[in-house]
Amino acid sequence: MLTYEFMRRSLIMGVMIGIIAPSVGYFLVLRRQSVIGDTLSHVALSGAALGMLTNSYPVFTAILFTVLASLGIEGLRRKYRHYAELSLSIILSAGVGLASILISLGNTQGVLSYLFGSLSLVSLEEIILFVVLSVIIMGTIIFLFNKLFYITFDEESAYLSGIATNRINMFFSVLVALSVAISMRIVGVLLISSLMVIPVAASLLVAKSFKSGLIYSLIFGVVSVIVGLTLSYYLNLATGGTIVLSALTILLIIIVFQSIRKTGV
Amino acid sequence: MDSYMVSVENVSFSYGRNKVLDNVSLYIEEGDFAGIIGPNGSAKTTLMRLMVGLLKPDKGCIKILGENIEDFKDFHKIGYISQNVRDFNQMFPATVEEVVGAGLNTKRGFISRNKRDDRRKIDEVLKKVEMIDYKKWKVGNLSGGQKQRVFIARALINNPKILFMDEPLVGVDFDSQNKFYSLLDKLKRDYNITIVMVSHDIGIISEKVNKLFCLSNGKVYNHDLTKDIDGAGILKSLYGENVKLLLHKH
Repeated sequence: MLTYEFMRRSLIMGVMIGIIAPSVGYFLVLRRQSVIGDTLSHVALSGAALGMLTNSYPVFTAILFTVLASLGIEGLRRKYRHYAELSLSIILSAGVGLASILISLGNTQGVLSYLFGSLSLVSLEEIILFVVLSVIIMGTIIFLFNKLFYITFDEESAYLSGIATNRINMFFSVLVALSVAISMRIVGVLLISSLMVIPVAASLLVAKSFKSGLIYSLIFGVVSVIVGLTLSYYLNLATGGTIVLSALTILLIIIVFQSIRKTGV
Repeated sequence: MDSYMVSVENVSFSYGRNKVLDNVSLYIEEGDFAGIIGPNGSAKTTLMRLMVGLLKPDKGCIKILGENIEDFKDFHKIGYISQNVRDFNQMFPATVEEVVGAGLNTKRGFISRNKRDDRRKIDEVLKKVEMIDYKKWKVGNLSGGQKQRVFIARALINNPKILFMDEPLVGVDFDSQNKFYSLLDKLKRDYNITIVMVSHDIGIISEKVNKLFCLSNGKVYNHDLTKDIDGAGILKSLYGENVKLLLHKH
């Protein structure tokens, strides 16, 4: 399958997504904010629809929309301090509402591939853009790792140790938005949050430390994408769905293995 | 600059229209073990959050180490253990070593973590709280009392001058509570740390502290426990006239 240019490029992008989505998702899950991936992916759909409608690059408009939405979520979260999840519902509704209107305006035939992900040819420029964004996202996570760790397990103490928690939270939201927009192309809007959550769920069962938890999430993410892409190519299945089911299979294997070990069967 | 470690002067605070602290003043000196007690909803936690700067008072002035809390930047000089650590998720994948080292590494990234000097500091503070054997354990696998020691270690990692603790003993068994108080005694004796602790358990805390601040109906009642105090009087001022003081030994 690697003799085809489009598969080689899809694989490069897939591996990047396999690294980025669970990395960002790891912090989201542990902060009990995993729904944010769902919210932003629905906003990304409206961005992509606007791109198609205006004949501009859909990923670019999706990035623009998700970054704006992530800032909106942070703003609303402060307004509804005691009902923080309301901010997610509000932005999700806005995203779905806008997407349905933009899609109904026509010239958005390609929207299905953004919903479920696809293996269509990715241009060289796209690959370069995605590599640059992926390096920025991973570089930031590595650079801010200790601060993100402290904020994740005790935000108030992190603030009192002198960490600029508000600024870092805002910055992290932008990283989530970029990750969603990048992942949309291959995994599809409806399944991005699964790739942010399922490898992390599997890693939590085996991780012995915070750092190893992140590394396991990346490994499970990358393996899911490679297995998913390969199966999707040979069996002609929907790419996003195959990737997500591969991730679920890894989770299931770990659960079964652990229960066998526990019961000593 | 005044000499108080913590000073709260004429502070008022409201949640909406509900005034929970009304012109409250209290002073904590170096080496004090100060207890803050009061019935549920008496704004004990609010007062502590105001002291460390997590909330801003509507009126009045709060100083830590002589500096106005709004301008206070020497965060390493205070250690804070919030109520939130009680809800520490059992599945959270962090080791004792990682949690204790978190406060040390706020200026560094993934790669530069745990340099030799940091490791030495982590070991030192874990020995202090007698948890060095659990360094590689996941925090979620520890008992309530052991977790509490880990969070104390984290708060102590930068050698703070003041340690703030919000209800640290909820869900901790009696034996671990005794160990906890012996640890605090050691910290006070060997390192002269000033301790401020919120508790709902008037019985044990009034035996351990040298200053007791009782909160009730937005007011604070100060008691210097180095002098004789009227225990029944304190209880009545907090919980009303119908309260009975029962003493028993077992």
